[in-house]
Amino acid sequence: MKLTEEMLKALPDARGHFGAYGGRFVSETLFDSLMTLEREYKRLRDDPEFQAEFDRDLAHYVGRPSPLYFAERLTRETGGAQIWLKREDLNHTGAHKVNNTIGQALLARFLGKKRVIAETGAGQHGVATATVCARLGLECHVFMGEEDIRRQSPNVYRMKLLGAEVHSVTSGTRTLKDAMNDAMRDWVANVDDTFYIIGTVAGPHPYPLLVRDFQSVIGRETRAQCLDRTGKLPDALVACVGGGSNAIGMFYPFLTDESVELYGVEAGGLGIDTGQHAAPLSAGRPGVLHGNRTYLMEDENGQIAGTHSVSAGLDYPGVGPEHSWLKDIGRAHYVSVTDDEALDGFRKLTRVEGIMPALETAHAVAYAIKLAASMDKDKVVVINISGRGDKDMQTVAEIDGIEV
Amino acid sequence: MSRIEGVLRTLREQGRKALIPYITAGDPHPDQTVGLMHTLVDAGADIIELGVPFSDPMADGPVIQQACERALRHGTSLRQVLAMVKTFREKDDATPIVLMGYLNPMEAMGQEKFADGAVDAGVDGILTVDLPPEEADEVAPLFTARNLDAIFLLAPTTTDDRIRAISEHSSGYVYYVSFKGVTGAGKIDVDEVAANVAHIHELTALPVAVGFGIRDAATAAAVGQVSDGVIVGSVLVDTIARNQADPDQLKRALSDLLHPMREALDSLPS
Ligand SMILES: Cc1ncc(COP(=O)(O)O)c(C=O)c1O
Repeated sequence: MKLTEEMLKALPDARGHFGAYGGRFVSETLFDSLMTLEREYKRLRDDPEFQAEFDRDLAHYVGRPSPLYFAERLTRETGGAQIWLKREDLNHTGAHKVNNTIGQALLARFLGKKRVIAETGAGQHGVATATVCARLGLECHVFMGEEDIRRQSPNVYRMKLLGAEVHSVTSGTRTLKDAMNDAMRDWVANVDDTFYIIGTVAGPHPYPLLVRDFQSVIGRETRAQCLDRTGKLPDALVACVGGGSNAIGMFYPFLTDESVELYGVEAGGLGIDTGQHAAPLSAGRPGVLHGNRTYLMEDENGQIAGTHSVSAGLDYPGVGPEHSWLKDIGRAHYVSVTDDEALDGFRKLTRVEGIMPALETAHAVAYAIKLAASMDKDKVVVINISGRGDKDMQTVAEIDGIEV
Repeated sequence: MSRIEGVLRTLREQGRKALIPYITAGDPHPDQTVGLMHTLVDAGADIIELGVPFSDPMADGPVIQQACERALRHGTSLRQVLAMVKTFREKDDATPIVLMGYLNPMEAMGQEKFADGAVDAGVDGILTVDLPPEEADEVAPLFTARNLDAIFLLAPTTTDDRIRAISEHSSGYVYYVSFKGVTGAGKIDVDEVAANVAHIHELTALPVAVGFGIRDAATAAAVGQVSDGVIVGSVLVDTIARNQADPDQLKRALSDLLHPMREALDSLPS
């Protein structure tokens, strides 16, 4: 399907659907809040003052634009297409997540909410939320699975230093999906004074829309930087996909550029055929979870399946609804790499370029290296370096059997 | 007329209020559910809301979350829940059964297959917590065609326009959620409930049953006074959790909890 600007403008539709996906599947108590959020966001989306404040914060607080860096040595060692890195790891707080939390915190302020909640997996979204709350003087509560608290402990302490309260989630699989359940439960109880800052392009409408809008700065900058530096558009974009926010932010401004191939890389865990993975687009089927219809990992009875990934931020059984749509219409390719391949990608980028990526990002790195190797030298591949790997040192050390 | 309508109409004619207990199917064990359903009826239940366990019950507090986990540990599937209702119907053809759950297990079965299975088992109504009427365009006609009542939630945050729209999509009764929060949490404010239910009664002719926060006979009576029925959930599920080791004691404990509620409701001036 050839996408046009008009087609994209019409999505999501009035009820928040991207084709068969998306929507607003929530209990009744939350409905009115979602309607209000949608109405206010539609107004602010076209408000030059709101947009100017967002842009100002991105420039002077986050440090945008982030560089587009030519990974010369990695390119030479790979021996194929030119590999370029979009450096979201250089943002304040170390990942793309902050683009979104800046935007949503502004919304919270416009709506007069004083209390903020968030879910987090790797802790990057929790840190980015705690950071903007510190800056705006908002009360901040972060829900995090007990298992993730263990494997991302540096980020837990960062959140606490920033003044956030971290709630350990002990239900279900004790990871990101359960953190999101508990955040929703808190929101139902405190809906009058609380703003829920969702960390990815999932959740009920209008979240997939507004998170995509806030993250699209990544793709807009990349487009302009690539034209400026290489004189043409990239041939392929590669991004990891957990809930899908860094990927959609990178892809969205290129959707109508047919020549640009889009690759979303899911967590293959121990291998797709083992069932121990977190790759709903590669191996799941459509269902409903966390307020939207999308590809999910579930058993034959519709119970959500446990997931596995070495990276906490990809360890999620669902994915943003717009990705489900892009998969079905064939505009983006969704692939996966295993834990081991991701770890290789992590080590490779660290040793060859001196850039230590997050384990989430390492999935994109690993796939992009394979992809670039199969492409001609005059082609350009851009990897979205969604975050830096400091938070993962303990995990990697544990795998290496080293105590740090 | 559906079984639910029939029961609620008779109660109204008698000047009585509906007592609607909720338990999670498969909790504490799938073999016990049908027996517990009969116990609920013997203790005065007019309608039973039978929970379909789900791995991610977002609208539920810890008590019902853990009930779901217990039921799922024994592999309770939607197919089995339908089989339980069918077995229940062998001895009880009068008490309406409402399945209450989340959308994904129903979709996984296939909505048409689910609707057929529900009718075949003797289910009377479906309450899908995370399915607002806006998203029900496809399933609603499947239910209507089979005379299954679609029951939707109303909340303290529901606007008048939505109360009207939701009521139009509903049949049997509407379920008013008494407070903002998950099941088993919070404290019910009876005056606020009275005002809101009176307001809902102005906007729809359907019976209004109230759930969330009803844990004892006094509250049941106070809420029954201002509504058409009360739904009692977490306190029963909590009782199941505490008595799971002893099936006979469990039945007695559930009876002891419901009986006084039944009596309190029936002592209300009609
Ligand atoms: C660095 C980094 N990249 C990617 C992700 C995955 O999220 P998303 O798919 O929404 O970009 C996370 C989530 O925690 C992350 O921290």
